[in-house]
Amino acid sequence: MTSPAPPHRDGPDPEPGTSAWRLRSPWERVTLAVPYAWLAFFFLAPFAIVFKISVADPIVAQPPFTPLFDVGAEGATSLHLTLDNYAFVLADRLYLLTYLGSLKLALLTTFLCLLLGFPMAYGIARSEPTTRRVLLMLVIMPFWISFLLRVYAWMGILGRHGVLNELLLWTGVISQPLELLHTDAAVFLGMVYSYLPFMILPLYATLERLDESLLEAASDLGGRPAEVFRDVTLPLALPGTIAGCLLVFIPAMGEFVIPALLGGADTLMIGRVVYEEFFFNRDWPVAATVAVLLLLLLVGPIVLLQRYQEEDAT
Amino acid sequence: MKPRSTFVLLALGFGYAFLYLPLALVVIYSFNASSLAAVWGGFSLRWYAELLNSRDVLDAAWLSVRIAAVSATLASVLGTMAALALVRLGRFRGRTLFVGMLTAPLVMPEVITGLSLLLFFVSLQQLLGLVFARGAGTIAIAHVTFCTAYVAVVVQSRLSQLDASLEEAAMDLGGRPLGVLFDITLPIATPAIAAGWLLAFTLSLDDLVIASFVSGPGSTTLPMLIFSKVRLGVTPDVNALVTIMVLIVAAGVSIAGIAMQRREAERARSREQIGTAA
Amino acid sequence: MTGPNPSQSAAEPGPRAVRDAAPFVSVEGVTKRFGDFVAVDGVDLDVARGELFAILGPSGCGKSTLLRILAGLERPSSGRIVIDGVDVTRLPPYERPVNIMFQSYALFPHMTVAQNVAYGLKKERLRAAEIRERVAAMLELVQLSRLADAHPRQISGGQSQRVALARALIKRPKLLLLDEPLAALDKKLRERTQFELANVQDSLGVTFIVVTHDQEEAMTLASRIAVMDAGRFIQIGTPGEVYEQPCNRQVADFVGKINLLDGVVERRGEGTAMVRCEGIDAPIRIACEGEVATGASVCVAVRPEKILVSRRPPAAEGRTVLRGVVFDLAYFGNLSLYRVRTAGGRILDVSAQNQRREAARTLEWDDEVYLSWEDASMILLLE
Repeated sequence: MTSPAPPHRDGPDPEPGTSAWRLRSPWERVTLAVPYAWLAFFFLAPFAIVFKISVADPIVAQPPFTPLFDVGAEGATSLHLTLDNYAFVLADRLYLLTYLGSLKLALLTTFLCLLLGFPMAYGIARSEPTTRRVLLMLVIMPFWISFLLRVYAWMGILGRHGVLNELLLWTGVISQPLELLHTDAAVFLGMVYSYLPFMILPLYATLERLDESLLEAASDLGGRPAEVFRDVTLPLALPGTIAGCLLVFIPAMGEFVIPALLGGADTLMIGRVVYEEFFFNRDWPVAATVAVLLLLLLVGPIVLLQRYQEEDAT
Repeated sequence: MKPRSTFVLLALGFGYAFLYLPLALVVIYSFNASSLAAVWGGFSLRWYAELLNSRDVLDAAWLSVRIAAVSATLASVLGTMAALALVRLGRFRGRTLFVGMLTAPLVMPEVITGLSLLLFFVSLQQLLGLVFARGAGTIAIAHVTFCTAYVAVVVQSRLSQLDASLEEAAMDLGGRPLGVLFDITLPIATPAIAAGWLLAFTLSLDDLVIASFVSGPGSTTLPMLIFSKVRLGVTPDVNALVTIMVLIVAAGVSIAGIAMQRREAERARSREQIGTAA
Repeated sequence: MTGPNPSQSAAEPGPRAVRDAAPFVSVEGVTKRFGDFVAVDGVDLDVARGELFAILGPSGCGKSTLLRILAGLERPSSGRIVIDGVDVTRLPPYERPVNIMFQSYALFPHMTVAQNVAYGLKKERLRAAEIRERVAAMLELVQLSRLADAHPRQISGGQSQRVALARALIKRPKLLLLDEPLAALDKKLRERTQFELANVQDSLGVTFIVVTHDQEEAMTLASRIAVMDAGRFIQIGTPGEVYEQPCNRQVADFVGKINLLDGVVERRGEGTAMVRCEGIDAPIRIACEGEVATGASVCVAVRPEKILVSRRPPAAEGRTVLRGVVFDLAYFGNLSLYRVRTAGGRILDVSAQNQRREAARTLEWDDEVYLSWEDASMILLLE
């Protein structure tokens, strides 16, 4: 987060990251103010709006919710708040199950991505520079290809008339096509498939930064490869690993596309619920409420992520 | 070659196969004359023809590309500014919030971002009586907002590696702060900014959820179009689209790779010519 | 001989390249605080025009901070800097007639050597033709003409340093600051560059201030040295003065090797003192002026090269003589270092030039030897 100190400095650094000649020129203020204002207006403010709508009533109107301030007959404004939506959501068992379902999915996805991604990242980090570049390219390439299209590819494989069923039928392993698509398992598969690069890349960055000479020293002092891995590599890679897991877990909680395409009608995911409450039920306040609750669940992990990313960077 | 355990090699092999097999299958089937995967009807390019003749697809693709170009450019500007501010200004009031606003979009579930922006636009229309139609403009605004964070991460990473004494040397030689920015800092950061632009372009082009929320009638992006098609099941012309995308990306990556290799070779050659005699 | 007071020589410039009476660069009471930490503590300094001045001190002593203040990259908490009669304290680095050569050279990686050297002139908005001429001339001066179109990553460390030097000198600054100029070079290169730097400075007549922790670097380059520690100047003088007349223990120990014999004044005489040192049997007689009382704690210091070591007893006239046993030795080719233990258990470092080419060593471990040195070689340190 900060610029490195110039190579030869006496005493502690002045405030880290400052250009030595402390310039509070108008240009510096503009450079900070413009992105700050944009983000505050288009990223932060909308959250306030979501919250505001979560405490409004749904009505048949355009837009379909009651305004915050009601201007009464004599022009007196009164505050119109309701917690009905929260009561509704929190009381309904289905919503609770959906949140838990999303949590389960996110945790399992993270775990599987870690299981497969860590050895892959490790292998790439320890390979020769030329091979490494190729391997990295191969990890990044699927990322450039549309996410949506890659999920679609799985539809082609898992469908009733898809490749997998055709193969199994043809080899005689089964006699009837399996219902692989529109199941929870299909969703898991799609999730791991899509999120794997998001796990590999930050893990690779962390492992690549690992000083080779530390491992050599441990080995020289008598540590066997497994011990060196456990005692030196793992602890040093831990902050980056946790950051990588959070980078998968947090967006996975709110994933919409994969459950929508690969999941069944009863695959309950929060992302889908928000989308459907909004577009199909036209119940904006409830959709907003569900979103707020999801956001509250994620605040903790997001703060954690920031912390671990900083720790990993130092 | 460093000794590698078989476990790691197996993981690598399985992992890459896992990543590429689905794509490979789709590519193969894009040439299938029959619309059913079950039957191989012979080699055919009819899906490609159908795809390229489809007015809908072409319009949506063109819209997506335009939005992506605008969003990426704007996001690159904002993201670079944000990165500069983070790296050069040290501690300032509101820094934590700023960093938070640049980290959160990276992980925020798209439904939340999409929903919040849509509600925001609606409220703007309602509260301020502004009359604007949701469409390409609002999609672009949404894309700029979350892409800025990505660009900021990439550029900041490069800037923080930049030796501060380079800028100090420039100032010492007579460069004023603004001049130094354009003479030294930005030129050195250009590869990172370009990478950020490319990243933002891809993310914008690929976005489905946020665009669905904040779009309006008449503004259908390519992902939105594809989604509505594939919800109902596999459609062969989408196979063709996948193959085209794979080809474009593979070509792009190969060109980039070759270009980098050539630069390396050139550098090595000139180093030889110059020799390193002190 | 008693040591001189610190900063005594500040008002009198050194013997080499002295042209004006008034100081060219004047540092007056400069202090720099970072929060509670005082990096530079009320430093005063006068440097004459055309002088090659060195600030010598260990890591963390504040010398780099002082350099950055001179360059304008830091603002002092208090005090002022005057260069050629102009108060530059508040001037930003791009408005000062000062240039700095960074330890890392800080060459712009995206520009060629020629472009790097031309940068400063471009900022002065000179005509393109004039810039080209001056760049060519400067590259010629530092012998880098054939590398004009190379990029920094393609050239060696020594070449990089010359580019950095050329880039700074081309602006004809009134003052050139060098941060550890020889630190990144290997030994052979360092020696050659030392002479080159001194020559360049001499021929161009630019005032140099060099900052370094390497005492060899300081002594060979500079006409005057300031020894700095914990933000303060301890002693300012010519290399000879600093080496042979250190004002205190700290300076004596920091600049070169020295034997420090702690002791107590046993007896005072007219211009002399008898000092009983730890580990030395007989009291040592040393010249002493001034108010040093009997019983005072002092230190007798003598440099290893001033001590003669021999198997046979030397002449004792005007010399201090001790007996001891060779405890350890190291052979350096051109000289040998001996560590000799006295009967009292004190170990003295002695260095002797190997003036004769012999297959066998003259002295070996456990040899009984005599150590002697001229009375005048000793320094009496009071603190």
